[in-house]
Amino acid sequence: MAKFRKGGSKEVPAISTGSMPDIIFMLIFFFMVTTSMRETTLKVKMKLPAATEVQKLEKKSLVSFIYIGPPTNTKLYGTEPRLQLNDSYARIDDIIPFVEQERMDRAEADRQKLTTSLKIHEEVRMGLVTDVKQELRKCGAFRISYSTRKGE
Amino acid sequence: MARKKKKVPEINASSMADISFLLLIFFLVTTTMDTDSGIFRRLPPPVENPDMDVKVKERNILNVMINKYDKLMVNGKPCDIADLKDKTRDFITPKPNDEKAPEVEVKEIDMIGNFMTNKGVVSLKNDRGTSYQMYIAVQNELAKAFNELREEVAMTYFKQHYNDMTDKDKVDAVNKAVPVRISEAEPEEIK
Repeated sequence: MAKFRKGGSKEVPAISTGSMPDIIFMLIFFFMVTTSMRETTLKVKMKLPAATEVQKLEKKSLVSFIYIGPPTNTKLYGTEPRLQLNDSYARIDDIIPFVEQERMDRAEADRQKLTTSLKIHEEVRMGLVTDVKQELRKCGAFRISYSTRKGE
Repeated sequence: MARKKKKVPEINASSMADISFLLLIFFLVTTTMDTDSGIFRRLPPPVENPDMDVKVKERNILNVMINKYDKLMVNGKPCDIADLKDKTRDFITPKPNDEKAPEVEVKEIDMIGNFMTNKGVVSLKNDRGTSYQMYIAVQNELAKAFNELREEVAMTYFKQHYNDMTDKDKVDAVNKAVPVRISEAEPEEIK
């Protein structure tokens, strides 16, 4: 008659947890590197046009953003493209004070190097974009970058 | 016969740290941070006398117009966006013996020496109704033409790809040899 063998011979050895800290550190580093903190919440739809001849924005701290696109909440704000500066909708007239404010926030030596990144939805008409560019010219923010996604 | 106790050997965990570091480095290398990229342009300063037109010889201008239906016109003729790069490329290549091509000017540039630069200007006009997508597509094609020429100069003078050049002086020299001259007209309506 077969007997069930007793005893601790079949015990599964405990998995070593000694490397747990390493794994956790790895995850931490990974997320630290890949997360890009977004400072503003987008209130406009953003589908950037594609381009191949792109350059990277070098100094992130020296970039200010202007968003243009149709509002996300179409029921409340309609579908007409709107301008967003910081966290709220703005009008064309608000660009000059905005640029002045952005300049004041930077160190004096860096003010001339301030780049304005235009993040514009691809379906926006050029009329609005031209108006924005004219305002930027007026206040001397000549360095601009048309933000695009890479690809054909 | 006494049977020996069968023991599963404990897995050696000392190499775990190495493996995790390896993974960490792998991800560090492969993940691209969500960096912003775009097409850089420099806006011209505001015009003080809007009535005063700057006279530029006709041979030095390449007229690019986009109407509100996103149709392209180059030097008065309808043009497909696919041909724009070649046309621009042809326009900005210095051709000293061609009467119709833009004028050339011999400039002395550090690290290159005397170099024939082209005095041609690409004039870009768009309607208020042009879509931003089309505008960027055109800007992209123009940039492509300039980059191609820069690549050529970089290859002949420095034996290096333009995009791989790290020496700032060399990049400046090439940029000086092939300046991006895109002039955008004051906004107006185009039919």
